[in-house]
Amino acid sequence: MAAIDYNELIPNNVNLSSDRTLQRALEQWQPNFLNWWKDMGPDGSNNFDVYLRTAISAEPNGWAHFDHVKMPDYRWGIFLAPAEEDRRIGFGEHKGEPVWQEVPGEHRANLRRIIVTQGDTEPASVEQQRHLGLTAPSLYDLRNLFQVNVEEGRHLWAMVYLLHRYFGRDGREEGEALLQRRSGDQDNPRILNAFNEKTPDWLSFFMFTYFTDRDGKYQLCALAESAFDPLSRTTRFMLTEEAHHMFVGESGVSRVVQRTCEIMKQHGVEDPAEVRKFGVIDLPTIQRYLNFHFSVTIDLFGADQSSNAALFYSAGLKGRFEETKRQDDHKLNDLMYPVLDYADGALTTHDTAMLNALNEVLRDDYIKDSVGGVERWNRVIAKNGVDFKLSVPHKAFHRSIGKLAGHHFDPNGRPISAAAWQKNVDTWLPSTEDRAYVASLMGRVIAVGKYANWIAAPTVGLNRQPIEMEYVRFN
Amino acid sequence: METFQQHVIDPAICIRCNTCEDTCPIDAVSHDSRNYVVDPEICNACGACISPCPTGAIDNWRAVVRDAAYSLEEQFSWDDLPEENPAIADVTPVHDAGDDEGVTIQTVDTARGAAIPPRSAATPTTNLYGIKRPAEATVVGNYRLTGADTESDVRHIVLDFASLPFPVLEGQSIGVIPPGMDPSGRPHHARQYSIASPRNGERPGYNNLSLTVKRVVAGADGNATDGICSNYLCDLEKGAVVKVIGPFGASFLMPDEPLSPLLMICTGTGSAPMRAMTERRRRLHHPDDENRLMLFFGARTPEELPYFGPLKKLPTRFIDVNLAFSRVPGEPKRYVQDALMERISDVAQLLADPGTHVYVCGLRGMEDGVISALSAAAEAGALDWPSLHADMKREGRIHFETY
Repeated sequence: MAAIDYNELIPNNVNLSSDRTLQRALEQWQPNFLNWWKDMGPDGSNNFDVYLRTAISAEPNGWAHFDHVKMPDYRWGIFLAPAEEDRRIGFGEHKGEPVWQEVPGEHRANLRRIIVTQGDTEPASVEQQRHLGLTAPSLYDLRNLFQVNVEEGRHLWAMVYLLHRYFGRDGREEGEALLQRRSGDQDNPRILNAFNEKTPDWLSFFMFTYFTDRDGKYQLCALAESAFDPLSRTTRFMLTEEAHHMFVGESGVSRVVQRTCEIMKQHGVEDPAEVRKFGVIDLPTIQRYLNFHFSVTIDLFGADQSSNAALFYSAGLKGRFEETKRQDDHKLNDLMYPVLDYADGALTTHDTAMLNALNEVLRDDYIKDSVGGVERWNRVIAKNGVDFKLSVPHKAFHRSIGKLAGHHFDPNGRPISAAAWQKNVDTWLPSTEDRAYVASLMGRVIAVGKYANWIAAPTVGLNRQPIEMEYVRFN
Repeated sequence: METFQQHVIDPAICIRCNTCEDTCPIDAVSHDSRNYVVDPEICNACGACISPCPTGAIDNWRAVVRDAAYSLEEQFSWDDLPEENPAIADVTPVHDAGDDEGVTIQTVDTARGAAIPPRSAATPTTNLYGIKRPAEATVVGNYRLTGADTESDVRHIVLDFASLPFPVLEGQSIGVIPPGMDPSGRPHHARQYSIASPRNGERPGYNNLSLTVKRVVAGADGNATDGICSNYLCDLEKGAVVKVIGPFGASFLMPDEPLSPLLMICTGTGSAPMRAMTERRRRLHHPDDENRLMLFFGARTPEELPYFGPLKKLPTRFIDVNLAFSRVPGEPKRYVQDALMERISDVAQLLADPGTHVYVCGLRGMEDGVISALSAAAEAGALDWPSLHADMKREGRIHFETY
């Protein structure tokens, strides 16, 4: 079965020791990874004992093993979900044929590109978050940050394994390049834009893990359908880890909202300036952060019409979210899909071939899911008796990719002039002043069971532990 | 009025990540655009979904009356979990589950028994095979254990896994998936059975295990219908192939100390784990293993008592066997708790030993009687039962599995 061999230098459930060449290649990559972690991983954290979850088997009962470990000693390794016997391709032109265990020559370049793009986001987010540990609002949150970081590191391992195992020398070179690009670097930036943005404060971190890691979920779900079975099995196991990251985001924002509402009720204040006097983040600022992260993240799904997306789908490289649960022919040749368009000063929709609109399909699925969590934050607000509603902005708002890029829309999707955008942008997106205010609240809280003033304590601890546990020991 | 602990998901904490739905080996979890919910008709409280859940939302239980369990529609409408009804919660053991046959699903009662295994227990393998990828086992034996002239048809069924890994420990159970569909066109869900053989096989060194299965017949024992899975199993011929999931169970396990005293109390097919543990100890064959195993075993008549013959052959210095029969014509009804009371000073002596482990398996109705007998025995031995009971639970030394 899928037991993980921890005696190996690189823990794995892929029988790595049977392929000496591959094992050696990965063992050469490993110290480079550790050097990257030392340079670009969580700042100053190497000696902390952190209450982390480590996979001890890829079976449902075994992959969540909790203990205090030092992060550089975290057992990064290669874990694939168990193989599905007789798995068949579920969509595209090869639908019904057995899945591929090796890369077909004609799809080599595209698969490599898909894997490299996915792989690049993993170290990028670690880099984006590397200073956050210095301003953690509690030990519980610090631990959650580190858990997210080590698992992003493991996701990098997952992608590098695929590159080394299936793409030969090209793959090994890509593996190196993944350690050399740097988030936000002028000369050698990460591939996708959202991963070059800063994650300067914890509200950004929570928004990032809620919105951007959810993009990760949708991308991984689409790749889990892939005809290339090793990619499918790799991403299926990554999804089990990704769930925790979204939890950190959703519960994090929820706790910020809860705390703000408590203060508003306690002191009978509503005006944002008044609310800020009590050291919490006012709801309009939270809305602006939401607008920013939502709009940056939906750009990640790519252009609204894409022949690459059609090619990837027809070839069986990348499916749709929950492909197998959908009730169409899974070839999509005759289906149409509405996409947004901008013409003559107005926002319109027009039907386009669904195959070319698959980025848009995935984006719309993602939006539906994102709205669900925002509704939960609204329930927290309503429960506190505060009259305010958070909402996700219109799909056209603040876009830099696709047909809508270069045009201006307000959060309701109404087209506006560049001048109107300039005039209002600070009410829609976090201003420098907003960011400075949020940054001013960030101070490290490390007393066991204590939480910073701007965030409520969680409702339950991790792994049935109390919320006042020593989740991180500093030594 | 039958009550049980219904498995529910806290919608205020859940983030709809789908991990539980993906993990559930028997497809008991589903969702709409709002909530993730657990079908009380399907969930068997196996616990596979508990540790992968990133939020802890999954680990919630509400004591409810069986007929008034929260429906899927109700669960879909929740913003928060409903309040616990204290009147029901007080009388309902924790982590229970239901089944329409009433005999197949065995659950760990953590209100009376420990939720954790003994300190020295071997590490169990659990959920190796799920409903999406069940294991296949071949029937290599199917013997009737009860007298041919009794109504009660209890079978000893041996399943062989050939080269397929299926590691088990004494006290664990497996699920069997009966073939076919239920009247609403869905596949039957799995029924759970305790394993009756020790870890190294029904036959030592073979990759096989045995089950103790009672045929559930309409009209008998208050059953409304014939049991689907028990009849399927009892009718199997040698060579038939059965779909199996599991193994299940991570707390009802024996200590791995060869000389620890065991107090085993069971009725009917609840004898399965006791047979497994006794056989394990017999095979270990430790020269000093004397006067350490004590068994209280109830059935209606000697003819209906599974393993009556083999039990009689075990030396009394190895296992102290006490039988209780409730339906012998011309004799007063005698239950396991009566037998316990008759041996009160010996039971007290066992309870006083900090190495003793207690196992109770059988019909749920026996729990109250057993607890009061243990309490009386403790008192007779000048022990404070509430604190002893609490200690035994904390140390994983008292285990209940009832159905």
